[in-house]
Amino acid sequence: MKCQEANHVCDKSQYNEAGFWEKIRLTIHLIYCRACRKYSSQNKKLTKTIANSDLKSISQDDKKVMKNKLQEELSK
Amino acid sequence: MPKHKLDPNVWVDRYSDYLFNFTIVRVNNSEIAKDLISETFLAGLKSKDNFKGEASERTWLISILKRKIIDHYRKINSKKGKAEVRMTYNDEESEGDWLEERVSDPYDKTAEDTMENEELGLAIFDCLDTLNEKQATIFKMKTIDGFDTEAICNEYNITASNLWVIIHRARKAMAECLEKNWL
Repeated sequence: MKCQEANHVCDKSQYNEAGFWEKIRLTIHLIYCRACRKYSSQNKKLTKTIANSDLKSISQDDKKVMKNKLQEELSK
Repeated sequence: MPKHKLDPNVWVDRYSDYLFNFTIVRVNNSEIAKDLISETFLAGLKSKDNFKGEASERTWLISILKRKIIDHYRKINSKKGKAEVRMTYNDEESEGDWLEERVSDPYDKTAEDTMENEELGLAIFDCLDTLNEKQATIFKMKTIDGFDTEAICNEYNITASNLWVIIHRARKAMAECLEKNWL
């Protein structure tokens, strides 16, 4: 496994989208690759931080409603 | 010459999520929060000419939003008719037992937690600001809204590998930015 692929699998696994064998191969890669180990831990930290922040967002539909209201007012 | 300019067309895309997180910790109801934000945008539009360009667009919108939130509290308070002191009891048996209420509730979030959370949220938004618009939107959709890879690809007409490249760059930048400003 090359570093580029390792990082890609690492990204995917942050969203639970990495396959079983991919994860195994990533683990093996991480044993001997220091740079990817660093990225991997940084990446996990980011996932955790964002989960902790409990950020909310407005749904796309609600945003459209807001935009329409604003547009209406703009065109007056 | 004013340093900042207003561009109402991008307000919703650029600031609505930021304002939403600012509001939600203060009013605790997402419907009310959305209404307040919508009102804020409209009010901003109306008083557009008062914008002197000294503050950033976002700061200016926040200052309007703050007033909206205060108005909201005034309104719900006047509905009650008069100020009231509220006491909550966990069950009927302990009603009136004031000492009981002094015991801390381990499941209750402390003010510090909420505050820290809010600061973290705002730090994340500040970092999102450093990404380009496409990266930020896609990263938000994937990470905060939890959209499927496929749904995002369809929406933006990109391939899955395109998406992962964008996500990778965004994650790298976000991790570095948060490391500097938060962790």
